[in-house]
Amino acid sequence: SFTGLANQTFCTVLLYKNSPSLKTRESEDIQQQIIRETFHLVSKRDENVCNFLEGGLLIGGSDNKLIYRHYATLYFVFCVDSSESELGILDLIQVFVETLDKCFENVCELDLIFHVDKVHNILAEMVMGGMVLETNMNEIVTQIDAQNKLEKSETFIFQSPRQDR
Amino acid sequence: MEAVNLLSSNRYTEKQIGYLFISVLVNSNSELIRLINNAIKNDLASRNPTFMGLALHCIANVGSREMAEAFAGEIPKILVAGDTMDSVKQSAALCLLRLYRTSPDLVPMGDWTSRVVHLLNDQHLGVVTAATSLITTLAQKNPEEFKTSVSLAVSRLSRIVTSASTDLQDYTYYFVPAPWLSVKLLRLLQCYPPPDPAVRGRLTECLETILNKAQEPPKSKKVQHSNAKNAVLFEAISLIIHHDSEPNLLVRACNQLGQFLQHRETNLRYLALESMCTLASSEFSHEAVKTHIETVINALKTERDVSVRQRAVDLLYAMCDRSNAQQIVAEMLNYLETADYSIREEIVLKVAILAEKYAVDYTWYVDTILNLIRIAGDYVSEEVWYRVIQIVINRDDVQGYAAKTVFEALQAPACHENLVKVGGYILGEFGNLIAGDPRSSPLIQFNLLHSKFHLCSVPTRALLLSTYIKFVNLFPEIKITIQDVLRSDSQLKNADVELQQRAVEYLRLSTIASTDILATVLEEMPPFPERESSILAKLKKKKGPSTVTDLEEIKKERSSDMNGSAEPTPVNASNVSTPSPSADLLGLGAVPLTNSAPAPSSSGSLLVDVFSDSSSVAAPLAPGSEDNFARFICKNNGVLFENQLLQIGLKSEFRQNLGRMFIFYGNKTSTQFLNFTPTVICSDELQSSLNLQTKPVDPIVDGGAQVQQVVNIECISDFMDAPILNIQFRYGGTLQNLSVKLPITLNKFFQPTEMSSQDFFQRWKQLSSPKQEVQNIFKAKHPMDTEITKAKIIGFGSALLEEVDPNPANFVGAGIIHTKTIQIGCLLRLEPNLQAQMYRLTLRTSKEAVSQRLCELLSEQF
Repeated sequence: SFTGLANQTFCTVLLYKNSPSLKTRESEDIQQQIIRETFHLVSKRDENVCNFLEGGLLIGGSDNKLIYRHYATLYFVFCVDSSESELGILDLIQVFVETLDKCFENVCELDLIFHVDKVHNILAEMVMGGMVLETNMNEIVTQIDAQNKLEKSETFIFQSPRQDR
Repeated sequence: MEAVNLLSSNRYTEKQIGYLFISVLVNSNSELIRLINNAIKNDLASRNPTFMGLALHCIANVGSREMAEAFAGEIPKILVAGDTMDSVKQSAALCLLRLYRTSPDLVPMGDWTSRVVHLLNDQHLGVVTAATSLITTLAQKNPEEFKTSVSLAVSRLSRIVTSASTDLQDYTYYFVPAPWLSVKLLRLLQCYPPPDPAVRGRLTECLETILNKAQEPPKSKKVQHSNAKNAVLFEAISLIIHHDSEPNLLVRACNQLGQFLQHRETNLRYLALESMCTLASSEFSHEAVKTHIETVINALKTERDVSVRQRAVDLLYAMCDRSNAQQIVAEMLNYLETADYSIREEIVLKVAILAEKYAVDYTWYVDTILNLIRIAGDYVSEEVWYRVIQIVINRDDVQGYAAKTVFEALQAPACHENLVKVGGYILGEFGNLIAGDPRSSPLIQFNLLHSKFHLCSVPTRALLLSTYIKFVNLFPEIKITIQDVLRSDSQLKNADVELQQRAVEYLRLSTIASTDILATVLEEMPPFPERESSILAKLKKKKGPSTVTDLEEIKKERSSDMNGSAEPTPVNASNVSTPSPSADLLGLGAVPLTNSAPAPSSSGSLLVDVFSDSSSVAAPLAPGSEDNFARFICKNNGVLFENQLLQIGLKSEFRQNLGRMFIFYGNKTSTQFLNFTPTVICSDELQSSLNLQTKPVDPIVDGGAQVQQVVNIECISDFMDAPILNIQFRYGGTLQNLSVKLPITLNKFFQPTEMSSQDFFQRWKQLSSPKQEVQNIFKAKHPMDTEITKAKIIGFGSALLEEVDPNPANFVGAGIIHTKTIQIGCLLRLEPNLQAQMYRLTLRTSKEAVSQRLCELLSEQF
């Protein structure tokens, strides 16, 4: 399963990958191909059609589904296997976006592009190894804040003369 | 190396970068991996929740086999330790789940399992959610160990469902209490059958509450609220369908889905169609589902989204039965004209199957298929038109009609090549049935077909040439015309070897052979053996995981198996009744053409086995396994099992009480099988009498590759059961699990003994106590052919004693079963009764159980 988001100008970010087939092949080409295929599939769909797509061959056949949501200029795409509930994932995307919104304070596309690492961290709090880890927004935000605090305190140490080494 | 240094840093930022680096660079470089594992181990033991979280994330994200080897023992401890932080527990549960998914063999079951189940009672809902995911997956494989989770899950669920929406605080999502956890719990319950009455009452209450809530006015206008509510509702409905035991709930579920079918949210319509598809297969709700037929048909016509339309087609297919087949097939054909290219082939297959399955009137069937070819000729695969021909040939009541209809269809100015093929074949066989009508006289038929000839591809032309030679036999009056065509340069000197050869051969045949010979050679095709439709198999394959496998490839493989099975047993050889020589010429290579009513020739029944219905995934034995098993009683080599992914071949040899079996596993796909683990399982009883030794095989089987496994066999004492061969592997992300019976039977340890008539009857009398004799009288399952029977008795292992029995029609055999502990002399006598089509089989051995078992085994063979 993987998560990706894409904007309308074909600039796609593959945020997270975790699928056995991807791991074994380990190939950048295939990832790129998946992104292209997914983008192709998702972007040409109208509004008001359903948010689930049967998987193509590349993402692991009929057991996997693409579930996406369209926010303003962005598409958020999750690829999940049959062990997840479709509507549940749809909600997870919503939680993800709301969390981003909280962490970035009115999130916009540029935030995501310039702070891929942060987005990655937030996603890591929600999804782990392709499985849903945490769905409680407050919990996620608390974790992220804690991390940020840690980071800040350490940056502070870095800037001060480093005596410990 | 720098990354490893970063890992062991005490700073969060440095550590995090280190882990990020490793997650991306997962190459299992042996030197580095040891250092990395070491660093991870330190972090796991650090008791610092942040570091532990990072380490667990890393393990889960990499999720490789090496990781599993290193940490699969460690993580369960963290998971169930009392002092672990909630967030770490959550990560640990999912991390373990990930490792279990990649390498189930490396995650040890143990006393932690019972404690994991109790996590369902945890205070922290995040932990419960993660634990439920883990337990669900584990329970699918080890239902016994996690049985206690059912009642815990039900009580947890009921607490959530009945709680006021504010009770769960943070885990309430848009006024829905803990939707994700509810979904997970409902999923978990789907691993088990309906629980015992006490728990069941509570569960039914929960499900009713969920269904009731759906009817309440929404607490919020936001789409998120309805999404979450419906996620739980759909999962509850799946559980109801899964239990399939409460008619009341099922009907309510069906009504609820019926409402969703007309909902304005596309997502809900999609899911409703999907769930209803499974609901249609329940006997309680099938009728209720059928009431929605108009809505579904309407969906097919008006939905804008191809995914939804696809679901609608699936549902129509699932709800089809004899009462509505005509309507549904008509609607599908209608839709086919405008259908999306991506789903056309599937619809074609479905129409073809429904038309065949529910055909009361075969003229309707023929019409439907011809329509199908007319509308979507390009998407009609070979299987479909092979199948029409098979059916027409097997049913003489439609042959005339079929000939007339194809003749008319061929008159269209542009017709699809598949139609030409079907037309050519059918007219070649049954053109005479309509030749009486001056509008379809022989010459007109011929000219009609020949007018299409030049537009067709080589295989079709080859088929048409065969039709022409058949016409020579059917209609001697146009022989000259046909000979002229065959003689023309474009045929005799055709660049294509196949066409040229056919032209030359047919021309000679028509000039030299007398009418008698022609009539014999070009006789009407014999009926095809009845078996499950190859179309159905194709559809299953399409739906199955291996959408990639090329059909041609499988065919080739299959035919090479037939030729390749080391020694065609005498049974097969004598079985092949003289097929009409035209059989091969007609280019229907994929359809076995033997006129084989007789016993299962290995190829024929192999196909049946492959196509046999495999809907029950959890069934302990692979479908067809019993049949295959029976075929191996009298032979040692051949194909034991085959599906679209895997083929298992056997080669075995036995001497006295020892044996050796080579098992060949062939990967039929182009993708690797991972974690490939075949295991031979003996029941406890069997273990004491049969000693089996196997060597492990390589866990990775490359696409198209074959691996071999040797089983050394020692028979210690006589035995009844057969060992089970269980095979598990991962294909494209899904775990495959199948079991077949391994044909190691008592008779394999037979040594034949020759003896004279006098000796035989002397011993026969010695073994006359009622316990030593077992007799079975049974009806012949196959035609009673002396040669085949002899071959089977020899194949069974005993000596066939000629001129022993005073009645020459009877068969007698003798041999000794060798086991390590004892040797058992066996005598057998088989008396056929041709009039009654019955056999009487008598076995006398010195041991009752042996007589019993041998009699069982051998009776199955005739």
